[in-house]
Amino acid sequence: MQHLSILPILLPLITGALLLLPPLSKNIKRQRIATLLSMFAQVVVGFALVTHVQTEGVTQYILGDWRPPFGIVLVADSMSTVMVAVTNFLAFGALCYATGSYDRAGGYFYPLFMFQVMGINGAFLTGDAFNLFVFFEILLIASYALLVHGGGKQKTQATVHYVILNLAGSSVFLFGLGILYGTLGTLNIADMAQKVSELDGSVVILTKIGALMLLVVFGMKSAMLPLHFWLPKTYSSASAPVAAIFAVMTKVGIYSILRIHGVVFGDEAGELAHIAQSWLWPLALMTIVVGTIGVLASPSLKLVTANLVVLSAGTLLVCAALQNEAATSAALYYMIHSTLVAGGMFLLADLIGRQRGKAEDRFVMAKAMDNPVFLAIFFSIAAVAVIGMPPFSGFIGKIMILQSVQSATEQMWVWPIVLLSSLGSLIALSRAGTTLFWRYSTNKQSNEDSQPIHLGEWLGIVLLLSASPILALFAGPLTELTNEAAAYLFNPSLSVDALLTAPLSKGGF
Amino acid sequence: MEGIYAFCVGLMTACGIFLTLRGRTFSVVVGLTLLSYAVNLFLFASGRLKLDAAAVLGMSEEYGDPLPQALVLTAIVIGFAMTAFAVILAMRARADLGNDHVDGRIPQTKESARQKAGGQR
Repeated sequence: MQHLSILPILLPLITGALLLLPPLSKNIKRQRIATLLSMFAQVVVGFALVTHVQTEGVTQYILGDWRPPFGIVLVADSMSTVMVAVTNFLAFGALCYATGSYDRAGGYFYPLFMFQVMGINGAFLTGDAFNLFVFFEILLIASYALLVHGGGKQKTQATVHYVILNLAGSSVFLFGLGILYGTLGTLNIADMAQKVSELDGSVVILTKIGALMLLVVFGMKSAMLPLHFWLPKTYSSASAPVAAIFAVMTKVGIYSILRIHGVVFGDEAGELAHIAQSWLWPLALMTIVVGTIGVLASPSLKLVTANLVVLSAGTLLVCAALQNEAATSAALYYMIHSTLVAGGMFLLADLIGRQRGKAEDRFVMAKAMDNPVFLAIFFSIAAVAVIGMPPFSGFIGKIMILQSVQSATEQMWVWPIVLLSSLGSLIALSRAGTTLFWRYSTNKQSNEDSQPIHLGEWLGIVLLLSASPILALFAGPLTELTNEAAAYLFNPSLSVDALLTAPLSKGGF
Repeated sequence: MEGIYAFCVGLMTACGIFLTLRGRTFSVVVGLTLLSYAVNLFLFASGRLKLDAAAVLGMSEEYGDPLPQALVLTAIVIGFAMTAFAVILAMRARADLGNDHVDGRIPQTKESARQKAGGQR
């Protein structure tokens, strides 16, 4: 049990490496079985980690036994473990779907996917800002290769933009880290939180610059307003399982904002308390507005879904801007819901697109689908969940967010924008549904290629989209969990001091 | 020393940003490379610039900070891999899209047409 918290990083790493070696490397069927087994084990590990943290408390995994703040640590607390479990579950669904046809579109699909999962899990678990950068790069380089996987003009073009943007983002990230290390003398996140309050003089301004540079990077990852332009095109041109796993990548950015700008530059940061808030407020609200406009203007279901990701990123950024316990708890619940539903919707959009012939997933008249009933049921589940109507998880998530807005001025801004964005997505999705399912050409073409849905694809969609009703059903225990995670994050004696067991030496250098 | 160092890092960053904003993939890749060089130097300086300060115990009176060196090493490796990937991707984009513009199409303005003609001459 001692090594449980490093397993979400080690398992995909080892699986990915093994998949490149002889008994598995040439045989797609063996690769499939090995990857699905390993991914299932990872899902189990993810849930085991959540329960482990619930019963035993926060675990800190000290690599190489170099005491913090000097060594590298992994911190498994409620929030990070929940996100790891969600990532693994999403990856499992996406992999099930990939067994349909996408894993044969090019080589090395499964190893790349494993490295992607490893990077995301690592970014959630790490307690060290530089390691956050390293895991970001791991997940990015895997995502570059996965994005272009299968080839095609559109993918190449989207990848060029995505890669260049993220390379520039990595440089900014390193500049920010360099500044923070220069002023704070440490990169351990808990230690940074302690050192920040001791700063004074000109160093404060430098630290502020560093912190805001990090905000730019995390904002880019999470599709914050002026940095979101890459997202719709990238996500809509990726193949379905890849787009599904990408749904959690924007959440990595938001998670980092909650971690760095919520904890390190939170209440206790002295002069630098809440430095990100004044930027996050307008940008988050405008991200919602732009996301809603994007949803309304999108001509195809994949683009609608991609813009819904922007919209949910904006909603989550509002929670980060609120920076209180209830909002963080709401953010975590909404994050789980929106990740799984968005992932499921990407899969569904792809399946719908494949059954409509040349029209694909565009909102035009096309031939009738082969399995309209199954697709329509799951489309309506996804739509209801993502809009935030009862009875599914989106409703509970949005209620929690609206409740966490406390002062009247904040309510005046957040409530209308969040509610109108729900209305916007309601309009867009009902228009999408009517066109996709009810407007088809009646002349029955030869029905020779009417085939049942591939088992893996069926399983992937059912797994991811049934998560929404389940999340709503178990909302009670789940909100207890998210409340606890938020309370932990906002209690510096637990989330900061307890992680630095060794007495602090003076200065970092 | 600090002045010259800062000037060099700044100049390299400026050149990197300028090149990254160009329209063709080659200059963008070169720009990103310059940016990553600037970042590496910058990270190195985050442990303060010192002379005669070894990063090993017992070798000198004053000690240098060993951590930035480890960070720079990591950043160099990652930057190198990313640049290699960007170069290959740029070549793939040239093959797939038929031109080397970042946007995948040649911008249709009079000025760019003239520039293009000038480049071919």
